[in-house]
Amino acid sequence: MSELTLQERGTAASVRLEWGLVALGIAALIAAPFFIYPIFVMKMLCFALFACAFNLLLGYTGLLSFGHATFFGGAAYFCAYAVKAWGWPPEAGILLGMGGAALLGLVMGFLAIRRQGIYFAMITLALAQMFYFFCVQAPFTEGEDGIQGVPRGILFGILDLNVTMNMYYVVLAIFLIGVFAIWRIVNSPFGMILRSIRENENRAISLGYSVGRYKLAAFVMSAALAGLAGATKAIVFQFATLTDVTWQMSGEVILMNLLGGIGTMVGPVVGAGLVVGLENTLATSGFPVTIATGLIFMVCVLIFRRGIVGEIYARWLGPAADGGDKG
Amino acid sequence: MTMIFGIPIQALLGQLLVGLINGSFYAMLSLGLAVIFGLLRIINFAHGALYMLGAFIGYLLLVHVGIGYWPALVLVPLAVGLFGMVVERAALSRLYRIDPLYGLLFTFGMALVIEGVFRFYYGVSGNPYAVPALLAGGTNLGFMFLPNYRGWVVLASLVVCIGTWLLIEKTRLGSYLRAATENPELVQAFGVNVPLLLTLTYGLGAALAGLAGILAAPVYQVSPLMGSDLIIVVFAVVVIGGMGSILGAIVTGYMLGLAEGLTKVFYPEASNLVVFVIMAIVLLLRPAGLFGRDA
Repeated sequence: MSELTLQERGTAASVRLEWGLVALGIAALIAAPFFIYPIFVMKMLCFALFACAFNLLLGYTGLLSFGHATFFGGAAYFCAYAVKAWGWPPEAGILLGMGGAALLGLVMGFLAIRRQGIYFAMITLALAQMFYFFCVQAPFTEGEDGIQGVPRGILFGILDLNVTMNMYYVVLAIFLIGVFAIWRIVNSPFGMILRSIRENENRAISLGYSVGRYKLAAFVMSAALAGLAGATKAIVFQFATLTDVTWQMSGEVILMNLLGGIGTMVGPVVGAGLVVGLENTLATSGFPVTIATGLIFMVCVLIFRRGIVGEIYARWLGPAADGGDKG
Repeated sequence: MTMIFGIPIQALLGQLLVGLINGSFYAMLSLGLAVIFGLLRIINFAHGALYMLGAFIGYLLLVHVGIGYWPALVLVPLAVGLFGMVVERAALSRLYRIDPLYGLLFTFGMALVIEGVFRFYYGVSGNPYAVPALLAGGTNLGFMFLPNYRGWVVLASLVVCIGTWLLIEKTRLGSYLRAATENPELVQAFGVNVPLLLTLTYGLGAALAGLAGILAAPVYQVSPLMGSDLIIVVFAVVVIGGMGSILGAIVTGYMLGLAEGLTKVFYPEASNLVVFVIMAIVLLLRPAGLFGRDA
């Protein structure tokens, strides 16, 4: 499994570079809505958080889930329904979406961790498809139409989210909190055990760790954070539809990671930005998005497995930043 | 009218037949996946796309060249198999030394591209493919009416599955293949051209998918999306059966088709879900799969 994660932090230079990029990135994001269409940046932020949540599982635990759309789209449905039908405030809706995603993650993870590697990917894909069929049939999702016209509401009873700038900075705050949480998890003792499972599962077992529990915990956390991203997206765009629970969406989040750099903190954010940007560009050009994403997938796997950020680390920061890709 | 559990027996048999047809395709596709996985250690996500490609090549041959069903039955597997071999040589062969998950991701991308191209040119609507004249009509079996073509599909898939099983278990080529699955380096040392064997294996798997596609063309509509939904069900089938055994893949395929048909009779709302539910139950009770030996 270790080869999926070609990068390892650790050299002083790479740490300095990451912090520099992070500071620059945050500054850029605070200024962004004054220069770029804020709705577009919010979309990027939601997908970036989704991609980071996915990276917690793939990059740091070595588990390839092909079913993360379930948590992203499922949370969007829960949040949209609670806010629209029950009149819940947005913060409660988002928390419910997160909780629902965590619960779905618990069930899916419990089943999927019984097999490893390629089977794990297939099981998560199949269970996600099952959830998709459930969403098609269940009355509360309103079928093909999806839940439309979700009110943005007033956050904590004081901040009116119908004002675009308010909404933007709330989304930015959620994104930063989410990414910070992932960073804390990854660099905690718990995160170190996750990495040891990624590197050598049998070794971790022989050291006495109940690997299954750690995998499940990572799966649930990743699901909850993906849910946070999905629920936030439902509030921003004021709808939740079937698109977000399809297997294509699960593929898209993998692509964001692969393109940006699996196992790097910044990679998924870069990947998400590029994929969302590309889709926006293609949407008006008439060139089919699936062909473009498919081609990027193939090229990345064949010649560009480190991803953009991983490639930068490997080229400019010396062999220590290189996990040793022999393929 | 005879009834079983309050269901007319005709309806029951009718759904069982539909289930058997679906099961035939599950069996052929999971067989191809198992053959490819056995040697290449790659899960071929593009299997559904190759199946769709087979159906489409058959359709295009008929519409643009006037080549009918029977020649297509030979030409389509050859074309798809050749396509598969080119892909294996050009790309997949570079991925054997790295994590098998990359093979899954590459073939996923390939599936998106193939599907995207056909969607771009032919839209998402289905195109009907007429049943060949020889197999038009149906036979009254006394207890039910059997459309001839459907009977043919079941028969043909059985022949294909048993033929492939015999090829792998009983022939010299098959013995090389099984040996290479166990230990490729050693087989290579004995003078067997393993890279060629890998290419042929992927070609065989692709040809099986293409053949399933042309067989499916008159049953379902020929559409760019016909493969992608099917492949996920086939993945579930493969998880249930375990990929350790070729025979296991075949038997599981038919069984799950029948289970789906039965569900359609008794609880239609769940017929989409039943394969996945069975997968979950099998994972709880027997994580290695019904016929699985690998962990």
